[in-house]
Amino acid sequence: MTALTDDTLPVTPRAMRDEMILFVVMAVLLAAVPFSGIYPFFVMQALCFALLACAFNLLIGYGGLLSFGHAMFMGTAGYCSAHALKVWALPPELGVLVGIAAAFVLSIITGYISIRRQGIYFSMITLALSQLLYFIYLQAPFTHGEDGIQGIPQGHMFGVLDLSKPTVLYYVVLVGFLAGFLLIYRIINSPFGEVLKSIRENEPRAISLGYRTDQYKFLAFVLSGTLAGFAGALKVFVAQNASLTDVHWSMSGEVVLMTLVGGLGTIFGPVVGAFVIIAMQQYLAGFGQWVTVIQGSIFVICVLTFRRGVIGEIAHYFRRSL
Amino acid sequence: MQALYAQLLVGLINGSFYALLSLGLAVIFGMLNIINFAHGALYMMGAFVAYFLLNIGGISYWWALLLAPVIVGIFGMILERTMLQWLTGLDHLYGLLLTFGIALIVQGVFQNYFGSSGLPYSIPDQLKGGVNLGFMFLPIYRGWVVIFSLVVCLATWFLIEKTRLGAYLRAATENPTLVRAFGINVPRMITLTYGLGVGLAALAGVLSAPINQVRPLMGADLIIVVFAVVVIGGMGSIMGSIITGFALGVIEGLTKYFYPEASNTVVFVLMVLVLLVKPTGLTGRAA
Repeated sequence: MTALTDDTLPVTPRAMRDEMILFVVMAVLLAAVPFSGIYPFFVMQALCFALLACAFNLLIGYGGLLSFGHAMFMGTAGYCSAHALKVWALPPELGVLVGIAAAFVLSIITGYISIRRQGIYFSMITLALSQLLYFIYLQAPFTHGEDGIQGIPQGHMFGVLDLSKPTVLYYVVLVGFLAGFLLIYRIINSPFGEVLKSIRENEPRAISLGYRTDQYKFLAFVLSGTLAGFAGALKVFVAQNASLTDVHWSMSGEVVLMTLVGGLGTIFGPVVGAFVIIAMQQYLAGFGQWVTVIQGSIFVICVLTFRRGVIGEIAHYFRRSL
Repeated sequence: MQALYAQLLVGLINGSFYALLSLGLAVIFGMLNIINFAHGALYMMGAFVAYFLLNIGGISYWWALLLAPVIVGIFGMILERTMLQWLTGLDHLYGLLLTFGIALIVQGVFQNYFGSSGLPYSIPDQLKGGVNLGFMFLPIYRGWVVIFSLVVCLATWFLIEKTRLGAYLRAATENPTLVRAFGINVPRMITLTYGLGVGLAALAGVLSAPINQVRPLMGADLIIVVFAVVVIGGMGSIMGSIITGFALGVIEGLTKYFYPEASNTVVFVLMVLVLLVKPTGLTGRAA
């Protein structure tokens, strides 16, 4: 059986330098968006999903675990942040923290349950758990069922940054995204990340070397879920609502699709994939359900012919890890 | 008491669908090493084929019961030949992703043409009405669904566990290379197995058409419940799938009577409990 990322390249100092250059280019390009006339709301939305996809990719690309329920972390953090901001009237920074804390707790519980099974079962379990949460949120009073939590106040972050101004909000979201991205990059290149990759490549060997692989996978799950929660909390400020769509299985599927298109197990792939998929939804919004058909077709095409994804193909061509 | 029996019957009917679908998933997983995410979409196609047969071709329910699984089964075999077979040797997860894509395509196309509302499919004349059993009123069609599903499940079990063809199938699941060395065409068996699994899903779709209406998304949420059923039962044993399917349907029905708020979630909660107590599933071997 070939592993998910069949040709991982060793990270050399040169590759690290390339990655840092690319990161700076990405940061500068994103920072220039408000001056370019591009609709900032679109980019903010894409950034939230990019962070979510990066968090998801931490689990599949480096831990080999395909979670089909990552929307539950985003949705839970979204609901909790929204509730904290609207009902408890907390300032934005604390609202974000409440969301992250909720995703953290949820990922500990769901991780403890789902990590007990491997491979395909793990995917089915995460999907079932997210469906369980979907039904709970559908009935729980604080989520307001089908309506969701709407009209969330944006407030002043740290008392000074007025988030109701689009440009200020944009930079806050951008800083949040870049911080999350760097954290994931740091995790991947840490000793912990190296052990994770070795587990993905050959778990029995990692066990024989004395690693408690279950603990590593559990920690990866919690990190991934918590970061996905951070993305969900940021998204509350952009969309100003929290609704059931964010917890639905189709959202989990979209996250998988973004990462697959960009490249599983690549550093920049999920970001590219998120922008591609969000842009596609934006431009094809008038086609109704054909968007679903197109997304399905992209899944099929990617799996059959394009398994490395956009960034994976580029990285393969240049023999670099990106 | 009447309400309790009625919910038990609903539970048994849902249990029949869980059993038919998880049985198909288990058979397909055994041969192809793929979790067929498109199973719910193909179940929906079964119901739609029955609807088309009746409304366009004037073909009755009884013929649909035979034809719909065959038509959808052929569609499935085409999918296997053109797409799934290329995944041999790749990580299991690619099979899940590919069939998820297929499910999105199929459901999206049907949603485009039929929206999200349900189309009516009437109960055949021979099965209309009901009988009074003394303790409850039993609609004949509902009783028929439970009994017919049970018969089909047991027939599938017999086919796989007791016949020569089933022996080839089980052998090919264990060691395809060795079975090929005996001159058996394993790739063709894989295709037929996929067709069989898909046909069972389509049959469940036809059975459910008069009860649940024909909707493009009728299989989308169902398949997630069936995944939970599969996690609970494990995919190691055919009989295990059948029993788990029916049992969970009944438990769900009981929950609807005693604590309706939890009826949507009870199967998932049971899955969590089973995972905590016996992570390999009730009948499963260590994966």
